[in-house]
Amino acid sequence: MADGILTLSDNTFEEEVKTADVPVLVDFWAEWCGPCKMIGPLLEEIAVEHIGRLRIAKLNVDENLETARRFEVMSIPTMILFKDGDVRLRIVGAKGKGQLLQELQAFL
Amino acid sequence: MVIVGSGPAGLTAAIYTARANLHPLVIEGEPSSDSDQPGGQLMLTTEVENYPGFEDGIMGPELMARFRGQAARFGAGYLTAKASRVDFSARPFGIWVGDPETPEPTYRARSVIVATGARSLMLGLPSEARLLGHGVSTCATCDGFFFRGQHIAVVGGGDSAMEEAIFLTKFGERVTVIHRRKELRASKIMQDRAFRNPRIDFMWDAQVSDVLGERSVEGVRIKNVATAEESTLPVTGLFVAIGHAPNTDLFRGQLDMDENGYLVTHGGARTNVEGVFACGDVQDHVYRQAVTAAGSGCMAAIDAERWLDATSDS
Repeated sequence: MADGILTLSDNTFEEEVKTADVPVLVDFWAEWCGPCKMIGPLLEEIAVEHIGRLRIAKLNVDENLETARRFEVMSIPTMILFKDGDVRLRIVGAKGKGQLLQELQAFL
Repeated sequence: MVIVGSGPAGLTAAIYTARANLHPLVIEGEPSSDSDQPGGQLMLTTEVENYPGFEDGIMGPELMARFRGQAARFGAGYLTAKASRVDFSARPFGIWVGDPETPEPTYRARSVIVATGARSLMLGLPSEARLLGHGVSTCATCDGFFFRGQHIAVVGGGDSAMEEAIFLTKFGERVTVIHRRKELRASKIMQDRAFRNPRIDFMWDAQVSDVLGERSVEGVRIKNVATAEESTLPVTGLFVAIGHAPNTDLFRGQLDMDENGYLVTHGGARTNVEGVFACGDVQDHVYRQAVTAAGSGCMAAIDAERWLDATSDS
């Protein structure tokens, strides 16, 4: 996976998201999803530009359906922002970089 | 030369204008799950079976990646952004990206090719918007997976609706097509495939009046348009494929449109403004195929090239 992006699984999700000292934006995605692939590079850019302020993580729903179910993800891409382990923001569907940053701004 | 849009029409225009050394800049749009994303509507599809040259079919996103790479090879430039405003009243034409209130345009171009395509229409119900991402989906290929073993509804009667319904039978235990007429609009081959599929059933003369559910979709309320009778269909997923609208808001008041907002072209790909050309679904509500869009993109490129040659002072 690209620099600065964390790969999560059903097994590591809890630990990584709960213990993070900065907000974590989890991108629920899958290989077959065109719009997920469109935002991949944008999330990599956002990760690099916000090192130390925001962590970006990816969770493949195909391999980790349990976590996707737990957070009621029924559409991908869905991005959920966790702060101190709690859900703070939910973004459904692919968006441009400007719009993503605007939605995330309050948490950065 | 600026090309607005990056589906089969815009990228074919890019291939031709780049090969003609016109150095096109493609303003390709922004990521989205339901409208004018880079690569166009094919980015939300799976297998394209009818694009000539691919006898075994090709995945929509893969086909568009090839179009994009082919134009890049000849020097086309790309900007992943949306055009926010155009001014076709002054020459060279002005194109804005980002804040449309900025006095100076972001780009100026002697010629512009408009290939902004069309987007899928939604039902427009408040409950539909509220449950988007919670059972209501704009992208069957993205979200079908979440409805494994469940009962899914598809609204619509055209080729897109049949395609989605057939695709969704890979996941859903049962798929009900809800259509407001007594017969389908879809092509014969798609109708046959849908009718033959044992997991697909049909509700005729039926209109969705509400999407039910608090946290996620639990059913749809249906009104029979012939008898006015109401009923509830218990489904957990709702996919809407009721038709398309052209992405032409940007050009209102500047380019001629028909009563549905599609751009009007004449003598090939010409619009009412000399030097502005249009191609693909933004000006075609009849054929709407990848190959016809690509063909019209080629026409727009050739028309633009000839127009630039004829009006060039040098």
